[in-house]
Amino acid sequence: MITLQINGQSRDVEAGPDTPLLWALRDVLGMTGTKFGCGIAQCGACTVHLDGEAVRSCQLSIGSVGNRPITTIEGVGSSEIGAKVQKAWLDLEVVQCGYCQSGQIMSAAALLAHKSNPSDDDIDAAMAGNICRCGTYVRIREAIKKAATA
Amino acid sequence: MRANVSAEARGLSRRELLKAGAAGFLLVSFRMPFAHAAGDTFAPNSFIRVGDDDIVTLIMPQVEMGQGIYTTVGMILADELDADFNKVVLQHAPPAKEYINPIFGVQATGGSTSVRAFWDPLRKAGASARAMLIEAAAQQLGVDASTCRTSNSEVIHDASGRKLGYGAIAALAATMKPVADPKLKSAKDYTLIGTPVKRKDTPDKTNGKSQYGIDAMPAGVKFAAIAQCPVFGGKTGHVDDSKAKTIKGVQQIVVQDDFVAVVGDTTWTALQGLDALDVTWDEGPNASVNSAQIWEALRTASTGNGAVAKEAGDIKAAFDGGTRHDAVYELPFLAHAPMEPLNCTVHYTKDACEVWTGTQVIGRVQEDVAKAVGLPIEKVTVHNLYIGGGFGRRLEQEMTVKAALIAMHVDGPVKVTWRREEDMQHDVYRPIYHNSVSASVKDGKIVGWTHRITGSAVIARWLPPAFKNGVDIDAVDGAADEPYGFPNLKVEYIRAEPPAVPTGFWRGVGPNNNFFTIESFVDEIAHKEKVDPVEFRLKHLDGNPRLQAAIQLVAAKGNWGAPLPARMGRGIAAQNAFGSFIATICEAEVDESGEVRVHRLVSAVDTGIQVNPDTIIAQLEGGLIFGLTAALFGEITIAKGRVEQSNFNDYRMLRINEAPKIEVHLIPSTQHPGGIGETGTTASAPALVNALFAATGVRLRRLPIDRDALAGRKPV
Repeated sequence: MITLQINGQSRDVEAGPDTPLLWALRDVLGMTGTKFGCGIAQCGACTVHLDGEAVRSCQLSIGSVGNRPITTIEGVGSSEIGAKVQKAWLDLEVVQCGYCQSGQIMSAAALLAHKSNPSDDDIDAAMAGNICRCGTYVRIREAIKKAATA
Repeated sequence: MRANVSAEARGLSRRELLKAGAAGFLLVSFRMPFAHAAGDTFAPNSFIRVGDDDIVTLIMPQVEMGQGIYTTVGMILADELDADFNKVVLQHAPPAKEYINPIFGVQATGGSTSVRAFWDPLRKAGASARAMLIEAAAQQLGVDASTCRTSNSEVIHDASGRKLGYGAIAALAATMKPVADPKLKSAKDYTLIGTPVKRKDTPDKTNGKSQYGIDAMPAGVKFAAIAQCPVFGGKTGHVDDSKAKTIKGVQQIVVQDDFVAVVGDTTWTALQGLDALDVTWDEGPNASVNSAQIWEALRTASTGNGAVAKEAGDIKAAFDGGTRHDAVYELPFLAHAPMEPLNCTVHYTKDACEVWTGTQVIGRVQEDVAKAVGLPIEKVTVHNLYIGGGFGRRLEQEMTVKAALIAMHVDGPVKVTWRREEDMQHDVYRPIYHNSVSASVKDGKIVGWTHRITGSAVIARWLPPAFKNGVDIDAVDGAADEPYGFPNLKVEYIRAEPPAVPTGFWRGVGPNNNFFTIESFVDEIAHKEKVDPVEFRLKHLDGNPRLQAAIQLVAAKGNWGAPLPARMGRGIAAQNAFGSFIATICEAEVDESGEVRVHRLVSAVDTGIQVNPDTIIAQLEGGLIFGLTAALFGEITIAKGRVEQSNFNDYRMLRINEAPKIEVHLIPSTQHPGGIGETGTTASAPALVNALFAATGVRLRRLPIDRDALAGRKPV
């Protein structure tokens, strides 16, 4: 049994320590907002925050997390920045199929937490790890800028 | 405020749902996909349910996979019904003949047909229900129906100032005679159609609440991972599961004719178990097939005689004495690679089978699963959840059959997830195509045009009745009805199925190949004739004013003719396909090494009546990126009967740092609405290669683009 701090709550996870956080969230805790996309940290669909940093949960074993706080898409809206990002996403109607957008929003919220007014290059650097197959990139960029000024 | 996409599965009552909607909460989930819920007092047709609590439930015949169709379909119905869109709940249709797509004759979502196919039936359904509500209100108020009007889910009698909500008269409306031929609204009376309505499905796609197929979690669900024979057509040989069984959490190994699966307490343990299995595959007859052979077979087939898809005028006379141009264009295999990997959850018992998935063909899933598990079709329930990217992959249902076969061995529900590598290596691939085109030019105009398309006939497998006289109507779509109306024209099709590799529909379908060919070739001819490519196209389009207008608009918005720095070029491509008329300009730069940077894409779009203009723009933006991704990077290759690519590291996707600026300009129109989801994908590749020619003078006739050729390191 491993205890994780997820979205401000202690959660007991019945799984081996080498289990990636992605599968612990989805299959053990039923928190399906975090998505499986590639399993090799190439697509960013599984992005969560660990200690405020955007990380790929498919590569993070639950045994390595310890007490560090985890935020997922289900909890990101409780922070001011997360809520602003979600709102900008809706205001600009970024979402198409939406499958990658959990990860996009988590990456964007982490970016804005570190850089309140990101440049295009900052956006490229922070978001290039998140693939959107529907091709919503133009609106993602605009929405990050909108959230930054909201 | 945005209301919801259905509720009951989460245990919300209709009353709570309305309250939540009214309070501005954003909630979504799925009602069980059966139409008559308690409280749906007035159910005048297959699409509309009005409850006495004022909630209007609209049944969606088409699936939501990102194209915004739930909202678009909802808008069409709600506009004619004059329903308050904030009190509208959207619910997916069950498999049933009432929801068959009239264009296919199959309950399917694809081919940019949703609005084209359902525009008339949905409007009639809405208007008919509205007429019945008016009749009911008039009766209750004791007034003549003609003195009543409707607005925002109310029937209003202006003379007396009285109003009745739809909920209050739903029961009475249910006793009214259906109105067979209701009066439809004039365009000036639309309240939703033509406005940028916010999508109803998107709020919960930003907070993790939305449920895609892969998110189905029926109580007690187990998790499985699957491995299919890596060689197409191969079978399972010997399986040694002794090591896999020692992994903690691995519960079961299921061995089938051509795949194996491991069931575990999480997907992770199932994957560990799969990796620990020692499987010897019987690779079968395709074990030595490779890309070079497949291409050789296609090119050989292309020299035969084709089935004639279209013939007009006198080809021989047209080619007699004119300037002749010839070229060959080819397109590679492509994978769909939707972000949501293939998956399906099935709960099988000996009496019934329940399926959770996201599919573009719910009826076929029900049918094929029933056959696979040996149950009558009515014993199979299919829950169609959101699709995390379809692009044609989920027009197939073989993954649900495999999941059902696994579920037959499992006690309780099991979710089968394909790892990305498995998804990519067991796709149904966009076919490779070979195009031979010739044109004859006299007095600066193309007077003769022949186009022979060689490739797989996806239609022959997917919709056999539509495959007639040897012609695949999809493979020649956009070619047989080319936009320029060449007076002497011959379009032929040669069916050539690639050895080993299964083929399927892929976003943009047949027109991708045909407009890549037509628009590349027209561009080549324009340059050879030393005529500006925009001007050259326009002078062939007198019979196609809508496309002419799109080209003129895009030329203006896309700064056609304005100077560019060295190694940058602009290319144009025009198309009418899927009922839409679109012209696109691409601005691209090629560096000394042949690397390409696309700076800007501009499209002008006439898609007829625009139901939701913002959705149209979004579909163009996304479609252009989808097509650009393929043109820049996409190719599936085969070695030893296997797909060589496996994941996003070796099957590249365009990323945000590589994405161009995109502008989409909509052209107002009163024509029947066209299709839009496929269109952008078709547009970007020819616009790109034409821009690359303008930048470098190198004409690329194959995709993906060849950077060595662009850099002059090798001939084209």
